Amino acid sequence: MTSPADIAAAAPQRLGKGRQRQARISGAVLLGLAALVALVFAQDVAGEATFRLSRPTDPLALPDLVVPALPFSYAAAAVLAFLGVRQFLRGGVRWTSLSLGFGLFLAVAAFLVWATAGKSFSLTGMLQATVVRAVPIALGGLAGVLSERVAVVNIAIEGMLLAGAFTGALIGSLMGGLGGLAAAVAIGGLFGFILAALVVTYRVDQIIAGVVINLFVLGVTSYVSSQVYQEYRFLNNAPVFRPVKIPFLGDLPVVGPVLFNQNVFVYGAIVMVAVATYYLFYTRMGLRARSVGEHPRAADTLGINVYRTRYVNVTIAGMVAGFGGAWFTLGSVGRFDEGMTGGRGYIGLAAMIFGRWHPVGALMAALVFGFADAMQQKLALLNTPIPSEFLAMSPYIATIIVVAGLIGRSRPPAADGQPYAKE
Amino acid sequence: MNIELRGITKRFGSLVANRDVNMDIRAGQVLGLLGENGAGKSTLMNVLCGLYRPNEGQILIDGKPVAFDGPGDAIAAGIGMVHQHFMLIPVFTVAENVVLGVEPTGPLDHLDLKKAREQVREINDTYGLEVDPDALIETLPVGIQQRVEIIKVLFRSAEVVIFDEPTAVLTPQEVEDFFKIVRGLRDDGKAIVFITHKLNEIIEIADRISVLRGGEIVGGGDPSEMTEAELAEMMVGRPVSFAVDKTPARPGEPLLEVRDLVVLRDNDDIAVNHVSMTIHRGEVVGIAGVQGNGQTPLVEALTGLRQVAGGEVRFKGEDITHAGARKRHQLGFAHIPEDRQRTGLVPAFSIAENMVLDCYYDDRFSRGPNMLWKVVNETAARNAAEFDVRAPSVFEAVRKLSGGNQQKVIVARELSRDTEMLIAAQPTRGLDVGSIEYIHGRIMHARDEGDGVLIVSSELDEILALSDRILVMFEGRIVAEFDGATAEKSKVGLAMAGAVA
Amino acid sequence: MTYQDPTGKLSEKLLDRAAPDRAAFEDLVIVPLFAVVVALILGALTMLATNVDLATIGKSYVALLNGSVGSLNAISETLTAAAPLTLAGLGLALGFRAGLFNIGAEGQILVGGMATVIVGFSFPGMPAAIHLPLALLAGAVAGGLYASIAGWLRAATGAHEVISTIMLNLISYRLIDYMLRLPFIQREGRADPVSKSVLESAELPRLLSFIDPNLRVHAGIFLMFAAVAAVYWLLFRTRLGFEFRTSGESPDAARYAGMRAGLLIVLVMGLAGALAGLAGANQVLGVLGRATPGFSAGIGFDAISVALLGRSHPIGVLLAGLLFGALEAGGRQMQVDAGVSIDLIGIIQALIIVFIAAPLLVRALFPWGFSKLTKTSKE
Repeated sequence: MTSPADIAAAAPQRLGKGRQRQARISGAVLLGLAALVALVFAQDVAGEATFRLSRPTDPLALPDLVVPALPFSYAAAAVLAFLGVRQFLRGGVRWTSLSLGFGLFLAVAAFLVWATAGKSFSLTGMLQATVVRAVPIALGGLAGVLSERVAVVNIAIEGMLLAGAFTGALIGSLMGGLGGLAAAVAIGGLFGFILAALVVTYRVDQIIAGVVINLFVLGVTSYVSSQVYQEYRFLNNAPVFRPVKIPFLGDLPVVGPVLFNQNVFVYGAIVMVAVATYYLFYTRMGLRARSVGEHPRAADTLGINVYRTRYVNVTIAGMVAGFGGAWFTLGSVGRFDEGMTGGRGYIGLAAMIFGRWHPVGALMAALVFGFADAMQQKLALLNTPIPSEFLAMSPYIATIIVVAGLIGRSRPPAADGQPYAKE
Repeated sequence: MNIELRGITKRFGSLVANRDVNMDIRAGQVLGLLGENGAGKSTLMNVLCGLYRPNEGQILIDGKPVAFDGPGDAIAAGIGMVHQHFMLIPVFTVAENVVLGVEPTGPLDHLDLKKAREQVREINDTYGLEVDPDALIETLPVGIQQRVEIIKVLFRSAEVVIFDEPTAVLTPQEVEDFFKIVRGLRDDGKAIVFITHKLNEIIEIADRISVLRGGEIVGGGDPSEMTEAELAEMMVGRPVSFAVDKTPARPGEPLLEVRDLVVLRDNDDIAVNHVSMTIHRGEVVGIAGVQGNGQTPLVEALTGLRQVAGGEVRFKGEDITHAGARKRHQLGFAHIPEDRQRTGLVPAFSIAENMVLDCYYDDRFSRGPNMLWKVVNETAARNAAEFDVRAPSVFEAVRKLSGGNQQKVIVARELSRDTEMLIAAQPTRGLDVGSIEYIHGRIMHARDEGDGVLIVSSELDEILALSDRILVMFEGRIVAEFDGATAEKSKVGLAMAGAVA
Repeated sequence: MTYQDPTGKLSEKLLDRAAPDRAAFEDLVIVPLFAVVVALILGALTMLATNVDLATIGKSYVALLNGSVGSLNAISETLTAAAPLTLAGLGLALGFRAGLFNIGAEGQILVGGMATVIVGFSFPGMPAAIHLPLALLAGAVAGGLYASIAGWLRAATGAHEVISTIMLNLISYRLIDYMLRLPFIQREGRADPVSKSVLESAELPRLLSFIDPNLRVHAGIFLMFAAVAAVYWLLFRTRLGFEFRTSGESPDAARYAGMRAGLLIVLVMGLAGALAGLAGANQVLGVLGRATPGFSAGIGFDAISVALLGRSHPIGVLLAGLLFGALEAGGRQMQVDAGVSIDLIGIIQALIIVFIAAPLLVRALFPWGFSKLTKTSKE
């Protein structure tokens, strides 16, 4: 009836419908951005936007970056429109993510130029703030990666951050910064262990367990705040880790202040992301951990202890989140306030999804969120006509867009969220 | 290496899966372990490979008692198992899967994948297995995946290799290749345990046979001295005839006409490639084929669960290409789905609720927005009684029923109404012989009432027994057609492997 | 095939309902009971750990009891606190039954409440018989639409509702902040974000003010009971409820049965949001009289606990809502009488939920309360 050759000939007939649709969507997004830039940012704009790259006191001072606002807007709009049309017509499957990323970058740049037109603004300062604000999100995301790679969904990151912040402040006040930091890591690990116990040993639904831990930590920290700190203020007055400048590298323009003149949390986050990447993808233990997240029964039949692997990884994830939590107190203000993490743990989860369950990806996504966060703070100074509440919403809206997979979807670990029962 | 099982008993709560099992596994021999679905074969082997701990009894290796604290211990003792459902991680490479758990490492726990690849190649060469160590598992066909499983076991220098239903996913030709590998291993001095419920295979490959029924060893011996009928009686506990009581078909007018049907998988690959067929009233059309050749998407498309990408489907002349599941159901389609636990039933719901799962909206069972639960319960009770569902009451959760009774709930639901077209996918997979006989009888009864019947099964014997006409599916196409009465198993098997004369 | 049951005896027997066995009893009664008692004990230990002396601990638990059921006023407070918790909890329970983990009640309460306030102050001179239902409807619709966003995202793109509802919560805080400064919403002459007050014609009338004008219990409790009955009817008596429950238990089976999964998800989220919106309306029309930033006060998160504690069953949710309302009312009394922060209640509530969600943990802690656990599952 049919020869194998016919069958082989039919193979290229694959209809790349989904991909084409994705290319279309991103084309439409790019065109929309072009319209936004041309119709909003390029109207009613005049003068030049001045971006300061270094302070006059810096050893290696760079001149200010001066951008003529109107031409830049039109140029950006033109490039965006070109990219959009190209996506739309050619269904440029290969370059979809790249042109989308570049387009978003352009749109943000146009927005900044528009907002700064006729004024001057420290770009370096904003990038520095971006990195600082990305830290808790990146560490939250990393905690998410570590636990979801062994198939434990970790909604409790928010609670772990809060517990880390609280404990950091409390123990930091009593024993100094390092003691506080160690205690924050320990308490994060403890909650990681509790989460593992609840979901692995007691088979609690993973999301319920996470929500409960969040409620519990919120309850305890709020209770102690109002019951104890009101009376004994010295218990909530911890020293803050100051930025440490790395010799030579810290003196470089732009890069120096952004990356090499930061406090222990920034350095810690970068080191942890590097170590986690090595651990997950280049070591024996990492291979085993990932196998537990993908196919726990297969791992079990090969003598890998699924339960222990989950306990260990989720506990480590908790320690990472605890470290990230200490940033809120020991890394910035030294004082604990009720509910001060403000949903950063959840944004960390979004960073994990955006970053495709990879530590480096999560870090990059966290930088994007940190940038949005920093921009909102700085733009309040520039007095733009957009209400600050809407800028404050932007990271959350971005998160929804990310989880909706409008910018490409990726595959979570196969067993993610499923309990494993041995018998 | 020789292994003795002495008085193994394994209980799950009040259920006894294995009772006082004694067995010898000897080096250089293939031990065939025969039993029905649910006889306790898999449980016994999971005890042997350390996944389960026996409640009573002992395992002796070369005369010394051992106790396994987990699969790791059994592997260390030289016991390897190829599971019925492959234990491979789809997103890992062959090499990563093979070394998992016994990885070669460098300093800082660094994974030495280079060495792993070399080791895989060595085993490849020794046993002639030909598997690319860098291929991702999810891109490999099932037959190759099975070889990866065998490499995994050999890599751990296993002396005892257990195969759990290894031929379920293979074509008859692949089975021959597989048997060669098994004989090679045996001649190499390995002890082999071959678990199956297929009589012809066990007689062909085994040097000794043990038969398990209801968790107990009920007999065994030398295959050269036993007939299939004897073994079958031992396995089921009563004389069985495998021939389905079948009157000659009297096909009527065309009922379901499929023209040039194209169906895509979720990843947009072509699953069903320009398939055309016609099913008449009063005939059983069986679709034979190795799993994964497009049967599941075909059934999903015919029952309205998957979008059709091209071609058309007509039912009694009416175009139903894009009709949904409910519309087809109302037209008189009955669908026994492949995965009864996930698709066909809601395990936490009661028997009564499951009895109306796809007809709850019917005027009989609801009025306005309200469900008429009294009517539902009474109907369910009547159907359960008629279709031999053994349960204490219709309020019992379906989860608590045995596989056979669960399937009977589905059959009762689908066939208790006035149907015209029955589509049954793997209708008897994993059931005991009694339930199989019953369900086969029901299917033939539907045919004799004038329904068109389409059966998809990976069990060639089932297709041969039931079908009036046999279509063979390979890589998304219908590659051959046979008359049910005259079809030869070997020819159908060849077509299943894609070799069409 | 012939009818094999001519006398109908066999099918009659199949209609006999088995009495609930001991396991069901333990699950429904003993576990929750243990959970509450153990949580209270652990709450006491927390107080000890934060340097509260034993006498004060005793005093605070007496206050907890007095403040919740000890007087007419206490009962009135309990019911007032229970109404929004139960309403929002019913919405979440509906979601849980349909397999959706909606964490967004907080945002839905805010958005629903806000819409209610706007309607509530907008139509002077409208008779109460129209104005009050209209204001309630506005809350339900706004909450429902806001929740449907998450439902639509789930149905259309597969975005997990946990993340999207959390984000919608965070967005709603900013949205309310923004709206409260809009000239037509902000109260005249105020610089802080406070809305205008709801007109009397839209208020939920107080029920016992003829006894004592301070008794706050209002007509919202009828709304609560009506919602319990309505959700019970919807879930267990209707076709739609059957569809909800089926798609919650097994999305594949629902598809097989020809149910429209996407539509059901949007519907469930919409209904859940409408109930949460009613909870918001209940607050602004019955208790607060206006909107302020964060007027939801965490009710949406407590409602998650209420729904879990109530096992996603309408009657259970009502009982759980009453319990949490009692804890809330008693907690305020505790703060006044014993000077113990009301945040302790949050800890106790979280602990109750841990034990409810982990029956295995309760069994491990108190083995003597249970019949021996038998494993019937077999791989």
